[in-house]
Amino acid sequence: MKRQLILEDGSFFVGEAFGSLKETTGEVVFNTGMTGYQEILTDPSYCGQIVTMTYPLIGNYGINRDDFEAICPYVHGFIVKEACSIPSNWRGEMTLDAYLKEKDIPGLAGVDTRKLTRLIRQHGTLKGMICGLDVHPAEAAAKLRAMEWPRDQVKRVSTKSAYPSPGRGERVVLIDFGMKHGILRELNKRHCDVIVLPYNATAEDVLSWHPDGVMLSNGPGDPKDVPEAIEMIRGILGKVPLFGICLGHQLFALACGANTEKLKFGHRGSNHPVKDLRTGKVAITSQNHGYAVTHESLVGTHLEVTHVALNDGTIEGLRHLDFPAFTVQYHPEASPGPEDANSLFDEFLTLIREFSKKGEVIHA
Amino acid sequence: MPKRRDIETILVIGSGPIVIGQAAEFDYAGTQACLALKEEGYKVILVNSNPATIMTDTEIADKVYMEPLTFEFVARIIRKERPDAILPTLGGQTGLNLAVQLAKAGVLEECGVEILGTKLEAIEKAEDRKQFRALMNELGEPVPESAIVHSLEEAYEFVQQIGYPVIVRPAFTLGGTGGGICTNEEELIDIVSTGLKMSPVHQCLLERSIAGYKEIEYEVMRDANDNAIVVCNMENIDPVGIHTGDSIVVAPSQTLSDREYQLLRNASLNIIRALGIEGGCNVQLALDPDSFRYYVIEVNPRVSRSSALASKATGYPIAKLAAKIAVGLTLDEMINPVTGKTYACFEPTLDYVVTKIPRFPFDKFESANRRLGTQMKATGEVMAIGRTFEESLLKAVRSLEIGVHHLELKDVNTAADDVIEKRIRKAGDERLFYIAEALRRGVSVETLHEWSQIDRFFLHKLENIIKMETVVQSHPGDLEVLKKAKALGFSDAAVANLWNKTERDIYELRRQEGIVPVYKMVDTCAAEFTSETPYYYSTYEEENESIVTEKQSVIVLGSGPIRIGQGIEFDYATVHCVWAIKQAGYEAIIINNNPETVSTDFSTSDKLYFEPLTAEDVMHVIELEQPVGVIVQFGGQTAINLAAELEARGVRLLGTTLEDLDRAEDRDKFEQVLSELGIPKPAGKTAVSVEEAVAIAEEIGYPVLVRPSYVLGGRAMEIVYGQEELLHYMEHAVRVNPQHPVLIDRYITGKEVEVDAISDGETVVIPGIMEHIERAGVHSGDSIAVYPPQTLSADVIEKIVDYTVKLARGLRIVGLLNIQFVISDSDVYVLEVNPRSSRTVPFLSKITGVPMANLATKAILGAKLAEMGYETGVCPTREGVFVKVPVFSFAKLRNVDISLGPEMKSTGEVIGKDMTFEKALYKGLVASGIHIQPHGAVLLTVADKDKAEAIDLARRFVEIGYQILATNGTAATLKAAGLPVTVVNKIHSASPNILDVIRQGKAQVVINTLTKGKQPESDGFRIRREAVENGIPCLTSLDTARAMLQVVESMTFSTTAMTEGLVRS
Repeated sequence: MKRQLILEDGSFFVGEAFGSLKETTGEVVFNTGMTGYQEILTDPSYCGQIVTMTYPLIGNYGINRDDFEAICPYVHGFIVKEACSIPSNWRGEMTLDAYLKEKDIPGLAGVDTRKLTRLIRQHGTLKGMICGLDVHPAEAAAKLRAMEWPRDQVKRVSTKSAYPSPGRGERVVLIDFGMKHGILRELNKRHCDVIVLPYNATAEDVLSWHPDGVMLSNGPGDPKDVPEAIEMIRGILGKVPLFGICLGHQLFALACGANTEKLKFGHRGSNHPVKDLRTGKVAITSQNHGYAVTHESLVGTHLEVTHVALNDGTIEGLRHLDFPAFTVQYHPEASPGPEDANSLFDEFLTLIREFSKKGEVIHA
Repeated sequence: MPKRRDIETILVIGSGPIVIGQAAEFDYAGTQACLALKEEGYKVILVNSNPATIMTDTEIADKVYMEPLTFEFVARIIRKERPDAILPTLGGQTGLNLAVQLAKAGVLEECGVEILGTKLEAIEKAEDRKQFRALMNELGEPVPESAIVHSLEEAYEFVQQIGYPVIVRPAFTLGGTGGGICTNEEELIDIVSTGLKMSPVHQCLLERSIAGYKEIEYEVMRDANDNAIVVCNMENIDPVGIHTGDSIVVAPSQTLSDREYQLLRNASLNIIRALGIEGGCNVQLALDPDSFRYYVIEVNPRVSRSSALASKATGYPIAKLAAKIAVGLTLDEMINPVTGKTYACFEPTLDYVVTKIPRFPFDKFESANRRLGTQMKATGEVMAIGRTFEESLLKAVRSLEIGVHHLELKDVNTAADDVIEKRIRKAGDERLFYIAEALRRGVSVETLHEWSQIDRFFLHKLENIIKMETVVQSHPGDLEVLKKAKALGFSDAAVANLWNKTERDIYELRRQEGIVPVYKMVDTCAAEFTSETPYYYSTYEEENESIVTEKQSVIVLGSGPIRIGQGIEFDYATVHCVWAIKQAGYEAIIINNNPETVSTDFSTSDKLYFEPLTAEDVMHVIELEQPVGVIVQFGGQTAINLAAELEARGVRLLGTTLEDLDRAEDRDKFEQVLSELGIPKPAGKTAVSVEEAVAIAEEIGYPVLVRPSYVLGGRAMEIVYGQEELLHYMEHAVRVNPQHPVLIDRYITGKEVEVDAISDGETVVIPGIMEHIERAGVHSGDSIAVYPPQTLSADVIEKIVDYTVKLARGLRIVGLLNIQFVISDSDVYVLEVNPRSSRTVPFLSKITGVPMANLATKAILGAKLAEMGYETGVCPTREGVFVKVPVFSFAKLRNVDISLGPEMKSTGEVIGKDMTFEKALYKGLVASGIHIQPHGAVLLTVADKDKAEAIDLARRFVEIGYQILATNGTAATLKAAGLPVTVVNKIHSASPNILDVIRQGKAQVVINTLTKGKQPESDGFRIRREAVENGIPCLTSLDTARAMLQVVESMTFSTTAMTEGLVRS
């Protein structure tokens, strides 16, 4: 069945429908990863977005039981050149189409995704709508332009209540702003005793768990839409070691007095080079963000840039000069994408251990 | 990190002649590397023995040595030039092995030469099986259970432990030479014995066969700062068990989930880091299709065929960046040359599918074993890009130039079911077509998976293509269906077939209906960043990105995949043509499909279209670009064959007109030209039936030379001595009919001479004349050619020049032409004229300093040679002697007769240059891989017609102290002539017979002219094969033998006893 993607600038792409047949709107973004569509679909950071895959053949290895990054997907739509109807992989259990149908997410195949990507690159991310051919593009575009964008994505994807993921190691409170399972997995792998808290946990809530460290997760949308989290971070800064990823990184920067801005079309993919300014080494990282911390806003803060994106120089990592806290804009938990930066989780644990030693000295 | 200032001069080692397993990709890599080093301000000294390369052009390096790639010669160059460093990772296995040899012998230390890129230790860790396994164990990277064996006994021991099947891989050999899979004892004995012989260190690795696993390759790079990236990963459609060079390969991997992708990525990066490679590296892995279990198969610590493919598949120039890394630059400080904006330290992402299909030489070698295994057999490859897998595959299929335009191969549709099954179970080069046929017959994907172990993903895609055939067939004229078929990569010819129309009908229909492809850019980043790279491929989608500029353009057609008869020489000329077009102020556009070449480097032309070279695909580009014209002269027969179809579609061909091309190639028209010009040729006629052929042969008298018209590389050409033989030939070798006539010529025994010339229609410049060592009857590509001629009289040379000028003018050649002459007494006959660039253009250009392709291109574009300072006639002879020696890949091709004849068999060539003929030939022979021994034994077994001639030869061998071994017949002749001969037993006699003599290394040279033919069972055949398999030079032409003897004589001081009695009497 033919359906279409209409963009706010009036352009439209006709393709073959798959997945759900409901009408959907969202911010149209592209991801350049050649593998990892299952993780991308289920990454809560894509909440409210329509994701275009630049690699043309998607769904080749099906959907398996293991590679979900959240219990359910929050992506608003999925656009591909070709959705594989007969996948082949030993772990594959269902087709992409069947999964999207089950989760009621509309998909559109047969699209010149390269044309769409070039459009986004030139104009920046655009609002879009996947709908039937009966919808008039110009009218839909006008509607899209006038549309007020939701600002509650974090609330929608965060856990509603606290829950533990027990371990015998360090106690880490993990704030779920739209957490990928990968983060939890990395902490569990290191035997951490994890308590996951909702996005609106207060500093008191956090500290009441007597954490050895606090982890700020990734999540969707504009960090400025989550003022309660910024407040919480201010309340715990210096009291407990902090590690933030993606949205967690942006929230941390805002809490420390820096500013964020929206990027033209963001960084989404598995091939983003990030330079560690302390070692001069480059890691290839997995990224998914539409906002970034601005360089000029760091003036006067006690933050130091530790990592930058090699290609556009945007800030990819920060460290607090006075307190045990560091954050990165990219995804060291990978899934999907390269695992080059995986050791950041070890650094976090080292930081926790050093801090607790210092603490002992102070209290002694 | 800034580049190093402590080194100034760098020696780059090339890869030498083109052989199976080491082809044009190293010219591409080497050229890029030399230019990159020069760009950084280093002085580059290059050594390579292959004259047919762009890298040996003097513009590419500061100093170019065309000398044999042997320890002795390279050591001499090092001692003379005293470079600060040596870069051995760009010359394939040859370069790497040489560096190891030079280091171990202490030459590098003695001269203070540092190895750049990959350190000696790393080379050894990667190449030496034992050290490699130890390293993998240390890293925790799994390798299949294995044992290193030095004898057959050790092999038995291993097999007793783990059982069959096992894979045998000889150490330090090219393209897996001598390896294979053994499933029983007989195969074990056979393959292990050969493998031990082939390995320079007499060592083989035996390992558990993991046949059926997915074979995945990662091309990785690392710099001195330990930044490491994956440039590209690739998945072999053919699972483990078939050499990756012989496999159909797709990029990126299609059936790996992200976890599997990252698992293997981590392993690859782990390995390149552990080896400490500074540059590029290829890691081959095997992945269990049913679990996360994987094994590391092999690591190549250098640029390779796969890295050339990865470069073309992604746009990312691996060799160029590897060279820069070698001198200290790091990935994060170098700009990605494709985008021009982002950095080289990132991982390219593709938004298309790439398919590579190997090109095999089995059309030439009918008797060869076509079964594919761990030993590479392909001579070349094609690559195609599409936005669907099907499109990419079908484009690659029609790029192959094997007479197919779809998944349909002649005779496959009539094969019996059991044959189909067999051909799929035991993979040969045509398996893809058998699978397609099986699908048409309703064999299920599941069954095909069981037969072939090819992943179901790929089989389903093939099924898609077959299903589409039915849809197309049942919807004649349906435009929606046509659109779908085109998006799946169907050619017009395929659709035409299904709709009972002509290809042209479909093409016109599409034009009318606007069903035409668009062109997308290969930009390394899936359009995330703007990119200036002019590298495009076609696909049936919405947006076209190839913007036609204001500038007038010229399109050059490349030569497609490398095959026997059409090698790298044609790419050389193509590249020079492109450069000349640019110099002349036009936009140069190239269309080609060979990923190994310099011509498909996006920085060579102004615009590169990576497309099949078919009328349809070429026309699409022409209709978009609207060029001034198209040049077809440089792309070998590939391009020439398209000329008529293009002109019929209204395209303007530049240079020699189609009509004149035809006058040179059409037998009857050509004869008319010759008679008009008063130029003699051997008597001959064209036959369109078997009866006619017999009558013609009777008339002109045997022996006759027979061949189909319009062929390249002497395919199916034979010398026939009698009627019975002729009938056999007409029946088996060709299909004769009025559309496919057969040419029958008198075979003149005589000296063969070859000339290349450039003409603008008035001035005819002959850069030089080449005399062949082997008499006429041996294909010119397989002959040793000498410049300047050594034995031609002034009178003969004058005739040659005169005929050449007449022919160039008479045929109204504008551009290049190549003529082959045969000289009998002092009569000069024309054998053939090729109105195009030839195999000898690079050789002759280099040794005479006349930039032939450049001048020809300018003439084609309208310039006058006189205005460029050239005049009609042969150019003044250069000082020195230059020989071109052919190189064969017989060791890789079992069951192929190595004897020289009218059909070309060589895969490459080397140059030998020095001040005398003997020295030049010595170098040429050594460079071609022949070990010349100053003493030893020569084994002679010659045909009756050659016996008289053999006496003289044998006498001269005796004179320099060689021992003569001969079989009965030959021995009798020699004995009768008073020569000391040791008789060896014939093949079927008791041991030690002739084969034992060869096996035991008791002969240093074999000269054999016995029972030529294609029957593997003949004695001559077995003797020749035995020599090849034991690495002993086997000469099948007495001319070659005589030339070699001359070299040995020149190396030897004469030892003549004092003449008795002169004083006293």
